Amino acid sequence: MLRTVIHARGLSRTFRKKRGKQTTEVVAVAGVDLDVEAGEIVGFLGPNGAGKTTTMRMLTTLLAPTAGTATVAGCDLLTDPVGVRRRIGYVSQAGSTAPENRAGEELVSHARLYGVSTAEATARGKQLFAELDLDGLWERQPKAMSGGQRRRLDIAMGLVHVPGLVFLDEPTTGLDPQARANLWQHIEGLRSERGTTVFLTTHYLDEADALCDRVLVIDKGTIVASGTPDELKSSVGGDLLTLTSPRAADVAGRMAGLPGAEAPTVDGDRVSCRVPAGGAALVALLRDLDAAGIEVDGVESRRPSLDDVFLTVTGRSLRDGEQTTTEPEGAQA
Amino acid sequence: MSTLVRDTGTVFVRAMRTSLRNPAWLVISLMQPVLYIVLFGPLLEPIAGQLGGANAYQVFVPGILVQLGLFGTAFVGFSLIAEYRAGVIESQRVSPAPRAALLLGRVLRDVLVLAVQGVVLVLVAVPFGLDASVGGVALTIALVAVLGGSLAAVSYALALTLKSEDAFAPLLNVVLFPILLLSGILLPMTLAPNWLQNVSDVVPFKHIVDGARALFAGDFGAPDVGWGVLFTAVLAALGAWYGTSQFRKESG
Ligand SMILES: Nc1ncnc2c1ncn2[C@@H]1O[C@H](COP(=O)(O)OP(=O)(O)OP(=O)(O)O)[C@@H](O)[C@H]1O
Ligand SMILES: [Mg+2]
Repeated sequence: MLRTVIHARGLSRTFRKKRGKQTTEVVAVAGVDLDVEAGEIVGFLGPNGAGKTTTMRMLTTLLAPTAGTATVAGCDLLTDPVGVRRRIGYVSQAGSTAPENRAGEELVSHARLYGVSTAEATARGKQLFAELDLDGLWERQPKAMSGGQRRRLDIAMGLVHVPGLVFLDEPTTGLDPQARANLWQHIEGLRSERGTTVFLTTHYLDEADALCDRVLVIDKGTIVASGTPDELKSSVGGDLLTLTSPRAADVAGRMAGLPGAEAPTVDGDRVSCRVPAGGAALVALLRDLDAAGIEVDGVESRRPSLDDVFLTVTGRSLRDGEQTTTEPEGAQA
Repeated sequence: MSTLVRDTGTVFVRAMRTSLRNPAWLVISLMQPVLYIVLFGPLLEPIAGQLGGANAYQVFVPGILVQLGLFGTAFVGFSLIAEYRAGVIESQRVSPAPRAALLLGRVLRDVLVLAVQGVVLVLVAVPFGLDASVGGVALTIALVAVLGGSLAAVSYALALTLKSEDAFAPLLNVVLFPILLLSGILLPMTLAPNWLQNVSDVVPFKHIVDGARALFAGDFGAPDVGWGVLFTAVLAALGAWYGTSQFRKESG
């Protein structure tokens, strides 16, 4: 039987900013419902300003919701915040250590706030340093560490007291590919060895795909899609076939005849459309075109990505999200 | 062991270590009381008679002690703004530590620093001719430490509210300068015109300074000693309440 570790209903947060006589309201999170089961790794995927951090700060007791309720790690968010804090770990998007202090001491004093003894905190801290490739940096000041090393120190800070539920806000930002793969492995290990539940935010599609059991797509403060990466991808409507041919219009005509195909789009000499089971469809299509004497210069069949999912549910791409997304506009009140 | 005591200890040790690791801070903190005595003391000697006491230092040192309590701790909020920027405050807030511990641990560091500075100041003044009641000096240092602690708490709370050095610095100037003047720290209010004396009567710091002067003279029963202790206690309670409430408040 699965145990629900995070259960949120209608979680909302509106920021009010007073500027002169005008009050500007920013609806950062608008009624988020979410359920996370014990031992799950759930990814919160969305563009800048979507409300990921705001949701996380509410779930970790740092920010009071303007509406909604939640139970986190078995404790009510509003009536028992201390109970929630005792059971969770949180790695914020910003840092967590003073630049002048020594890394190891920051880690131990953080663990002490959770009642971990100094000896035990030191042992766990050193082990985490080894696992996160921070060997030899125990005495180092965070200001003398590289950005990626500091990020891994932040992650160690959030894990040192061995919480059963971990919130990671963009944990891999600033990490090189190797450090990122290492962290993914570490997070997997937390789940498989200790049954830790992990709730993380990211705007990296490959990260959500590789690491997460389930993905929640958030946009403008609301969850617009959720499911396993495979479920989400198959919801898009099949693989994307792209053919290049001088007789693009004729290719499009044949393509439309494939079973289950969506209407093809033609762009110059490129024709593309979504088809279920793209591989088999492609073989049949090529035979058909060959028989009709329509020459083809190139073919491509691409499995749908989470970006396609994002594009389908929001009408925008996350890949070039920085340029095309707009932050939720504040309503004038 | 209660978590309040344990976590206050953790926060205190961390804060103290941060300070001690900073050699510039250490030197400046210890030089400050020495400079006060060495530089300002001689200025006062010629007007010692006017100040009412035979010994200028007996009047001057208690004032400087209180000033140390005010100025040494009023600025501690700056370090908190830096910690806030680095994400330290948020990472401590997400821990189960009582919010009061996050404040008190830091205040305790400031109180200890202040007490050490106070002792240094008095010791430096002795060769210059300070001749005061030992018990009175000890009580004054304790009083100043508590006073400084309450101001440190207020400073942290304001820093956490403003979260900006640019707003915090002018606020401190606006608040501290009148207090310094009206408390009669540098010059006793008996030198002031009547209207200014009346204003200064309602500023509690004047009574604390006068109380400290009475204590130095060994006059433990002076009314100003009672008022000084009372005001300090009230300020400490207010500081603890206000400071904790700001640490409890969400960071928005
Ligand atoms: N303290 C605040 N005051 C006012 N508005 C805020 C505050 N914090 C966040 N916002 C606004 O709320 C919205 C959501 O912000 P949030 O930080 O949750 O986004 P995010 O999904 O974490 O984005 P990113 O990927 O950039 O980290 C944004 O429009 C942001 O400008
Ligand atoms: Mg964010």
